[in-house]
Amino acid sequence: MTSDLAVEAVGLQRTFVTHTGVLRRVRKDVEAVKGVSFHLERGELFGLLGPNGAGKTTTIKMLITLLLPTGGSARVLGHDVVDDVREVRRRIGYVFGGDRGLYERLSARDNLRYFSELYGVDPRRQKARIAELLELVGLTGREHERVEGFSRGMRQRLHIARGLLHDPDVLFLDEPSIGIDPVGARELRATIGSLTDVGKTVLLTTHYMFEADELCDRIAVIRSGEIVAEGTPTQLKGLVTAGRVLEVETYGVAPEAVAAATAVPGVRSVLAEDRGQQQVLIVQVEPGAEVTQAVLASLGAARVGRVSAREPTLEDAYVQLVTG
Amino acid sequence: MRALLHQQWTCYKLQLKVLSTSAFEGFLAVLFPLMFASAALLIYRVQDDPESMQYAGLGAAIMGMWTAQGVVAASMLSRERWAGTLELVVASPAGLGRVLVPATLAMSTIGLYCVVATIAWERWVFDLRLEISSWPLFVLSVLLTALTLALVGYFIAVTTTRYRYSGTLGAALEYPGWILCGFLIPVASLPAVLQPLSWAIPTTWGMAAIRSSADGGSPWGDLAACAATGAVYAVLAAWLGSRLVESARRHATLALT
Repeated sequence: MTSDLAVEAVGLQRTFVTHTGVLRRVRKDVEAVKGVSFHLERGELFGLLGPNGAGKTTTIKMLITLLLPTGGSARVLGHDVVDDVREVRRRIGYVFGGDRGLYERLSARDNLRYFSELYGVDPRRQKARIAELLELVGLTGREHERVEGFSRGMRQRLHIARGLLHDPDVLFLDEPSIGIDPVGARELRATIGSLTDVGKTVLLTTHYMFEADELCDRIAVIRSGEIVAEGTPTQLKGLVTAGRVLEVETYGVAPEAVAAATAVPGVRSVLAEDRGQQQVLIVQVEPGAEVTQAVLASLGAARVGRVSAREPTLEDAYVQLVTG
Repeated sequence: MRALLHQQWTCYKLQLKVLSTSAFEGFLAVLFPLMFASAALLIYRVQDDPESMQYAGLGAAIMGMWTAQGVVAASMLSRERWAGTLELVVASPAGLGRVLVPATLAMSTIGLYCVVATIAWERWVFDLRLEISSWPLFVLSVLLTALTLALVGYFIAVTTTRYRYSGTLGAALEYPGWILCGFLIPVASLPAVLQPLSWAIPTTWGMAAIRSSADGGSPWGDLAACAATGAVYAVLAAWLGSRLVESARRHATLALT
């Protein structure tokens, strides 16, 4: 094991214990993370993708020392996340998405002052550092306003500033763009993208495939607590590029028809997405297979709209990996 | 050391800001001690006995402090948990103790306000002029009571790191505390089985010291007991603090809301 790596997880496991029943309590073990292994090089922007409940946040919480692993090990900049807690905490930043995590009644500047103290920022440097970060996240001029009046995008940018206060070497971003409007999300992506330019290592979890595609050097896809694929965005897309994607707009398609389309020779998988009154069938097709007519015939009485073929995206690869 | 003091002072100021800048909660913080005092004095006034009024007036002054510090401290980390800041605070290199000490001292400041506001209210509305034999000893007793109550709050707050519902326990202690600490009735008049509980709370000794310094007696014995029991809570909280955080990491209870 070498400290040349920013983050290294080896067989990381976490089991939660829950109980059901009132009089007769029944213990139930839930394996949230089942032996996950991956690493981040220094200066890398690494994406951890997966559906809700896949184990992304649990993995991050073990890496940032908030949760003890029940198996395996992890090191951040060479420091064990169980034994060298203080050193790990000094060197990392943690930002999560959503409205919470700030003192509502304090101003943006006071929130940053408070966390500066907790994260050991030199009092003589605090003023300049806070001004610098407010500038970086575009909140200069709003620093004296109370956070309770901030939009979700502004809060999220303030979170990023908070996470960077002590100039951490490694930053963990857990779905930072969740619930932010497109303009805010674009600004946030630009901010995240610039972090590696200044030498930071970033571990990002997100549901947005285009975000991962745009930002990440490498991606691991996690499903039910296990990593099912890992590689660059191009490599992951390559998992489904040996084929095409057929998109069929339908109205009132029955589940049986979807099953029939899935059974057509040459079809890998069919996913029905609701888009308003339409259901769009996303059909993954084997290389060289011509399935358009057979798929349309299998839909029976369902009304069919536009039919188009396209190259697979990272989202197609993701859907195939997490539903496969 | 200088950095530590800077951290404690800044966090104290900002926690005080958090506690005192909500118009609604601020209104309640102003109103509650005055209502407690009014209720106590209206009950005792029927006896038409100046000594009883002095007894109730002094007790009512500390009742507000008990509520502002003990009960609010118990829910402090629960509030941090709901705000989503608990994980960030625990994950900071500073450690939970360095966060809780200034926060509980900020609550002490609100507690001291309650004492001053109640004494002024008693004088203004009930024309009750408290007879204080020694003002320096009285002030010392009030300050030590506030400080040791902060330590009790610190202890209760620490337990909420692991046990989500200990905040509720703190709230449930509000009214029993009024009886156990001798604010309105003497501890000696409680059933014998309850008296050890009273002695285990530093506020009981603080209240006794306040009464002694007002009545011309020596408060030193009570002050020593107050400081000693407060120190026990501080030691317990410091000892439990790291263990309960460790336990919360093991049982994944930091983020539960």
